[in-house]
Amino acid sequence: MRNGKALGAVLLVALVAIVVTGAAGARTTDHRGGTLKLLAKAAGGTLDPQINYTLEYWQLYQASYDGLLAFTKAGGNAAFTTVPDLASGYTIRNGGKQWVFTLRKGIKFSNGQPLTVKDVVASFQRIFKVKSPTSGSFYSGIVGASKCLKTPATCTLAGGVIGNAKKNTVTINLTAPDPEFKYKLAVPHASIVPASSPPTDAGTKPLPTTGPYYYASYDPNKQLVMKRNPYFHEWSHAAQPAGYPDEITQSYGLTVESQITAIENGQADWTLEAPPADRLNELGTKYAPQTHVETLTAFWYAPMNVNIPPFSNLKARQAVNYAIDRNALVKIFGGPKLAVPSCQVLPPGFPGNKPYCPYTKNPGTHWSAPDVAKAKKLVAESGQKGAKVVVISPDDEVQKAVGVYLASVLNEIGFKAKSKTISGNIAFTYAQNTKNKVQINVQQWYQDYPAASDFLNVLFGCDSFHPGSDSSINMAGFCNKPIDRQMHQALKLEETSFPKANALWAKIDHEVTDQAPMATLFTPRHIDFVSKRVGNFVFSKQFYWLVDQSWVQ
Amino acid sequence: MSGAIVGEVPAQTGGGPAAVAIGPWRLAARRLARNRVALAMALLLLLIVVACLCAPLYAHHVAHTDPFQSNLDGTTIVNGKSVPVMVQSTQGLGLGVTPIGPTWDLHHYFLGADEQGRDVAARLLYGGRNSLLIGTSAALITSALALLVGLVAGFFGGIVDGVLSRLLDVVWAFPVYLLAISLSTVLIARGISWGPFHLTSGSLLLPIAIIGLVYIPYVARPIRGEVLSLRRREFVEAAIGLGASNWRLIWSDVLPNVLTTVIVFFPLMLAIDMLTEAALSFLSIGVQPPQASWGTIILDGQDVLYTRPAVALAPGIAIALTVLALNVLGDGVRDALDPRAKLRRRD
Repeated sequence: MRNGKALGAVLLVALVAIVVTGAAGARTTDHRGGTLKLLAKAAGGTLDPQINYTLEYWQLYQASYDGLLAFTKAGGNAAFTTVPDLASGYTIRNGGKQWVFTLRKGIKFSNGQPLTVKDVVASFQRIFKVKSPTSGSFYSGIVGASKCLKTPATCTLAGGVIGNAKKNTVTINLTAPDPEFKYKLAVPHASIVPASSPPTDAGTKPLPTTGPYYYASYDPNKQLVMKRNPYFHEWSHAAQPAGYPDEITQSYGLTVESQITAIENGQADWTLEAPPADRLNELGTKYAPQTHVETLTAFWYAPMNVNIPPFSNLKARQAVNYAIDRNALVKIFGGPKLAVPSCQVLPPGFPGNKPYCPYTKNPGTHWSAPDVAKAKKLVAESGQKGAKVVVISPDDEVQKAVGVYLASVLNEIGFKAKSKTISGNIAFTYAQNTKNKVQINVQQWYQDYPAASDFLNVLFGCDSFHPGSDSSINMAGFCNKPIDRQMHQALKLEETSFPKANALWAKIDHEVTDQAPMATLFTPRHIDFVSKRVGNFVFSKQFYWLVDQSWVQ
Repeated sequence: MSGAIVGEVPAQTGGGPAAVAIGPWRLAARRLARNRVALAMALLLLLIVVACLCAPLYAHHVAHTDPFQSNLDGTTIVNGKSVPVMVQSTQGLGLGVTPIGPTWDLHHYFLGADEQGRDVAARLLYGGRNSLLIGTSAALITSALALLVGLVAGFFGGIVDGVLSRLLDVVWAFPVYLLAISLSTVLIARGISWGPFHLTSGSLLLPIAIIGLVYIPYVARPIRGEVLSLRRREFVEAAIGLGASNWRLIWSDVLPNVLTTVIVFFPLMLAIDMLTEAALSFLSIGVQPPQASWGTIILDGQDVLYTRPAVALAPGIAIALTVLALNVLGDGVRDALDPRAKLRRRD
C-alpha cells in the first residue's frame, strides 16, 4: 500500500511537471513572432562586424554574429562571464600562450554555407586585412600580428591561427599569455564570417551571419531589416539563444523628440537615443512601467591634454577637478537617479574599484562638494591664470550642456574659457588627434569587457598615445612611465591572480586620479524606453538590452 | 543742383503770400510724423534698444545674476520661499531636472531659467544687444559697400560695370542662406587670418562680416539701376556740360538722389540681417558661447521646449517684434521719402 501511495505521488508530480513545463513552453512559444521596431537618429555606419565600433550595432550583433566565445546572454553581472559559442570548448596550454578551440558541428551561415575551421582562420586574418579598430590593441598579441599590422593586405597570421580541418580545431598562439584574451574573443570584432568575405570594409552590404537573425537589407538613410536566419538552431542557450520577434527593423531619421512620441503612441518599440532631458519627468511618471533604468560600468570624463598649456601644469589640472560641481553635472544628465558623482577612473562595482575622491571638500572616498577656493588658489600657483581654453564637446544636447558648464567653471576659477561644439560624427576622432590641439573635451567611456585594464591601460597607458593619429584613445596624451610600468605589472599579475592584479589596479587608479590627466565627472545610468507591447526586457551589463530576447506579442 | 529731391510745395490759400518751399528732408520727416503706425513701431524699437542697452544694469542691480555663469545648484526666491533653480522630479521614477519657470518677479528669474540655470530675462537682454549690434553693423556694411559698388558700376558703366555686375551675379547665384551657412561653417571653426588682419573663431566680427557681405547684391543692384537712370537725367547732363568732374557729379548730383534708396533699404536690411543672425546662431555657427544672441537662446530653449517653452518663446517674440517694427518703420520711411507716394495713394 505504501508503495502504491508512493507511485501515485510520483505520477502526480510527473503530471504536474509535464503540465507546468508544457504550459511554460507554450507561453514562450506563443510570444514568437511579430516585428520589433527600433528607432535611431542616424545609422551607425558600416555594418561590417569586424570594423563597426558603435554600441548601436554591437547591440544588434548579439543577435546575429558569433565568435568562438561569447558573453553570456543574461541579465545582470552574469553577462560579464564568457561561454563557448561557435567553439564547443577550449583548452589553454603552454603557460597561457596557446588556446585550442574545438568547433561545433552542424552550424551554418545564413547563406546556407556550413561553418568550417577555414572560416575561423580567415576571419582572424580579416581582422587585420580590414584594419579593425582594435587590431592593434586587442589582437596584437597573436603570433604574426605585428607583420599583419605592417602589411594588412598580405596577412596570414602564420603560426598564429592554425586550423585543423580533420580534428575540427583552431589553435591560436600568443606571443605572451593574455588573461583577458577570452574577453577579446567575445566582442564583435572577433566575429566569424565566411572565408569568402571581402578583405575590405563590407560597408552597407551585410555579411552572412551564424546567429538567429541575418541582415535582409540595409539602407543607412532609411532602415536596417533583420530577419530570422533559416539555418539557425539553438546550440547553447547561454551563448546564443533563439529570439522572439520574426523581424527586427531599425529606422533612421526621426528626431529624438519624435522618436519618444512614436514610442508613447505605440508606433515604435524602442529608441537607441537617450531621452531628451525635458521628457524624462514625463517618462518617469506617465510611462514608468515602460522605462528601464540600469546601472552601467562606464564613466563621463573630461580629458585634459597634459602636453600643451595650460593643462601641461599639474596644478591647473587639479584645479579643474576641485572646481567641478559634480552635482550640477548630475542635474544636466537628468538627476541623481541617472548619474552618480565620481572622481576616479574605475566605475563603482568594477574590478579594481576602491572608492577614492581627493577632489572634494573633505577628501575621502566619495565626492561631496566642489572646493572652488582651493581651485582658484591652485590656478594662481600654476601661473596659468588668464590662459585661454577651448572646451570641445560633441553637439548633442547633454554633452553640449556639459561643455558649456565646464567653460563656465573654468572662467570662474581664472581661465578665459569658451565652449565649442563639433559634430558628434567627428568629435571622437577629432579629440584624439594631437594636431587639433584639443585642450580639454567631453568624453565617455563604456567598457569593452569587464577588466580594469580596459579603462586604465586603454585610456591612460603610454601604448594608447599615438601623436598625430586619429586613433589615439589616450586623449590626454598622458604617459607616466612609473604608472605605465605598474600597468604592465598588473597585466602580468592577472595571469596568476586576478584579486592581486585588481589590488594593483586600484592603486594605479588612485595614482592616475592624483595626476589628473582628466576630470572624472560622473558614472552614468542607462535609460531604455520601450513601447507598451514589449515584454521580457533583459538587460545585459555587457551589451545592454538583449534586443531579440524581448517579445512584441 | 544739390538736394535734387523735389520738395512738395503746399498749395497757396486765398490771395495770401506764397508759402516758402519746404526742404525734402523736413518734408519726409513731416510725412513720417503723420504715419502713426510707423511712429508706434519706432517707439517700440526704441524701447527694445534701450532695454537691451540696460542689460548689465538689470543683471547686476535688479536680478543680481550673472547670465553667463551656470547656476545649476543655485536657489532663488519665489513667494518669499527659497527654491532650487533646477527642480528635481520627485514623482514616479524621479527622473529629470526641470529649470524653474517664469516667476514674473523682476528680481528673481522673471522669465525663468534655462538648462544651465541661468536667468532667461537677463540673457534675453544681453542677447538682444548682440543681435542688434550684429544686425546694425551688418546692415551698415551692406549699405556702405552696396552704395559704393552700385555708384561705381552705374556711373562708369562699360567694363567697370561689366566686371562688378558679374561679381554681384556670382554672389547672387548662391541662395543667400546657403552662402552664409557655408561661410560661417568654415570661418567659425578656424577664424580668419589675412596678413595683419586676424579674427578669432568666437569673434562677433565674423557673423557681422559674413552677413554684411552676403547681402551686398540685394542692395547694390537696385542702386546701380538707379544710378544708370540718373546718369541720363537732364540735371546730370547739364552738370557735365558745365564741366563738372566725375567726383563732383557723383558726390553732388548722383549720391544725394540714391541716398534715399539706401535709407529706405537700411531698416529692411537690419531686419533681414537680424533674422539671418538668429538663423546662424540657432545652427551654432553664429554667435558662439559664452556670448548670447536671440538665436543662441532659442537654440538653448530647444532643449527644454517641452517643459519650459518660455526659454525659446521669449527670444522668438523679441525677434518677431523687432523685425515687425523695423519692417513697418522701413515702409513708413519709404513712403515718407518717396515724392510720388502721395500721388500713388491718390490714384
